[in-house]
Amino acid sequence: MQPFLDGTLSDDEVAKAQWHLEKCSWCARRYRFEERLRHYVRVAVTEPMSPELKAKLAALRTPLDA
Amino acid sequence: MSETAPTASDSRRLAQEARDRVRFEEEALELSDQVYRVARRLVGSREEAEDLVQQTYERAFRSWRQFTPGTNLRAWLLRILTNLNIDRGRRQQRTPQTASLDAGEAGDYFLYNKLESQVTDENPDEERVLERLSQDSIVEALADVPHDFRDVIVLVDIGDFAYADAAQILDIPIGTVMSRLHRGRRILKKNLADRTVTA
Repeated sequence: MQPFLDGTLSDDEVAKAQWHLEKCSWCARRYRFEERLRHYVRVAVTEPMSPELKAKLAALRTPLDA
Repeated sequence: MSETAPTASDSRRLAQEARDRVRFEEEALELSDQVYRVARRLVGSREEAEDLVQQTYERAFRSWRQFTPGTNLRAWLLRILTNLNIDRGRRQQRTPQTASLDAGEAGDYFLYNKLESQVTDENPDEERVLERLSQDSIVEALADVPHDFRDVIVLVDIGDFAYADAAQILDIPIGTVMSRLHRGRRILKKNLADRTVTA
């Protein structure tokens, strides 16, 4: 399942996996869960940068008249 | 440097260099949100992440000529960040470097099965199952993954880097990226399973 989700299977293997997922609801539920989980993890841990840091980084730019 | 006044071609070259530099800095700064997002998950605290990102950009701007235009700037920045993180020697922290064989991994469906057992529906759909996970528990569960594995999960699953880029950033073989990714995800899911509230 992991390689399928990662997109690292061959075309042939992908076709077989998709065929299986159409028939097997047990697997299909778990597959959709994995997909959603990965998305959820990414969203859950995303934290925006503080404005202070943004300003500090912007201040690193080389002045135009240097 | 010559002691005479700059020639016309010197001036043109310097002007072009200044333009290149400005563009480099702009493109690098556009990536700062993404760089921070990865940094925040690689280290323990917001403060450390901010320090690290600032140092990364300071070094990146100093070494801008070493970047080949047109290549992967995001990966280049992350490489600097990762090296700085190693230099700081902060990697010897609470979490061990690599997991032992019995790292508390679990089978692929361990988490799903556990969460599913807590939902009252007969045949719950996956959204109902996912709702059992809280945002805080995900943050904590990820922080508890040993850092060798966590680095790869953060770069690939959160930073969206390809395996080859992650291999280059971390200076490890691509096969190691894949095996640490798969094991790391299993450890993460086991950590999540341990944190779910039993109904």
